[in-house]
Amino acid sequence: MINDILTAVIPVVIIGIICGAVLVIASKLMAVKEDERFPKIRECLPGANCGACGFAGCDGYAKALCENPGTATNLCVPGADAVSKQLSEIMGVEFEDVIEQVAVVHCAGDCNKTQDKYEYSGIPSCSAAKLLYGGKGSCIFGCLGLGDCVNACPQNAITVVDGVARVDPKECIGCGICTKTCPQKIISLVADVEKVVVTCSNKDKGAVTRKVCTNGCIGCKKCERVCPLGAIKVVDNCAVIDYDKCTDCPDFGVCAKNCTTGCIMLSDLSGMHRFKEEVKA
Amino acid sequence: MTKFIVILLSAVFINNYVLSRFLGICPFLGVSKKLDSATGMSLAVIFVMLMATAATYPIQKFLLDPNGLGYLQTIVFILVIAALVQLVEIVLKRYIPSLHKSLGVYLPLITTNCAVLGVTILNIDEGYSFAEAMVNSLGSGLGFFLAMVMFSGVRSTIEGSDIPESFKGLPVTLTAAAITSLSFLGFSGVIENLFPM
Repeated sequence: MINDILTAVIPVVIIGIICGAVLVIASKLMAVKEDERFPKIRECLPGANCGACGFAGCDGYAKALCENPGTATNLCVPGADAVSKQLSEIMGVEFEDVIEQVAVVHCAGDCNKTQDKYEYSGIPSCSAAKLLYGGKGSCIFGCLGLGDCVNACPQNAITVVDGVARVDPKECIGCGICTKTCPQKIISLVADVEKVVVTCSNKDKGAVTRKVCTNGCIGCKKCERVCPLGAIKVVDNCAVIDYDKCTDCPDFGVCAKNCTTGCIMLSDLSGMHRFKEEVKA
Repeated sequence: MTKFIVILLSAVFINNYVLSRFLGICPFLGVSKKLDSATGMSLAVIFVMLMATAATYPIQKFLLDPNGLGYLQTIVFILVIAALVQLVEIVLKRYIPSLHKSLGVYLPLITTNCAVLGVTILNIDEGYSFAEAMVNSLGSGLGFFLAMVMFSGVRSTIEGSDIPESFKGLPVTLTAAAITSLSFLGFSGVIENLFPM
């Protein structure tokens, strides 16, 4: 009886030990050297794999940091200053400030301000709707409101309100996935310290714009004239703010006040990172 | 020679591991969403099936059978296959990093795949010689490959079609899998009549 059990147990144990030994030896002999900083760096990164740093996911960024000594440590926008600080400690380089960014939709043509030119009942996707006469809205530059960005956003920071996508800056991590997803290319990343945004992307002449949307920029250049810093330029019939120049405005809010159609708006972009810092303080 | 062809073809078409024997359903449903991952998984399965047969067949013939330990087959095979796959992964990582990268996560996934264990055990049950067992493993792997690639095509069609809400996801996938496996029933009897013994 006991012999039967032993004859079964012993071979299995021996095979097990042999397998274990072979694996141990193999893993020692053929170990591939991994940079010891890699797991540390990888731990610091948020792991959202958003690609805001310009590398293929967090692993890609960590690898680049290990292999190319020159890689900047302040590329992780979602991680912001906290991650940048940790990374610079691990890499032994000077800490660099991260410019926290927030996505902004350059369209405010909601259903009160603009009308549909036809009823769309196809696939509920902006890129599909765009193929049909440039979308259902009468403005072919504006937000299609079918939520491609909503689906793409890893943080669920975007909602479609009254037919226009709205980004919640408190939720937005600034990864920029929506800017690439939007078929109209009307979402851009703006530093979260900015207070003024242009909420129109229409590049038609003023009269045409006016007809399709009451919020549209008609390119009257009034903002160009009132801006004390010369930071606003009308390019292709649509106002564009140069945020490099738009700093410490002596007459803050003058552009928004004077905008004929109200498409330049004051808005609070202080995003999650600043919000967190405030809560901490 | 004919015997090898018969074994190979019947392993691919008639006794297809996924569609007729219903082994390895887990990767069949899990990894068949995209063609490239389906191909990667299948290549890894072919590779591991061959390695596993080459390792387990001698163990059965020279260790278990002479000592009357045939009943330990399952547990020993699992042990050996698991260790083997890990070893293969270590070796590949060291010497062929490109292959390691393309097989990637699929290699460890196969460690406990029932199709691999099934092939090795059925090879013994059918009483194949070593060469026949290897051909059978190759055929089984190819059959798995065929099923995966076919089904990833089916699934990409499903993705794009209008499916009732309650049918979306797994239900329609399982139904499609059932129909695909039914279609393979059409092969039964073909080989016997092609190569009358």
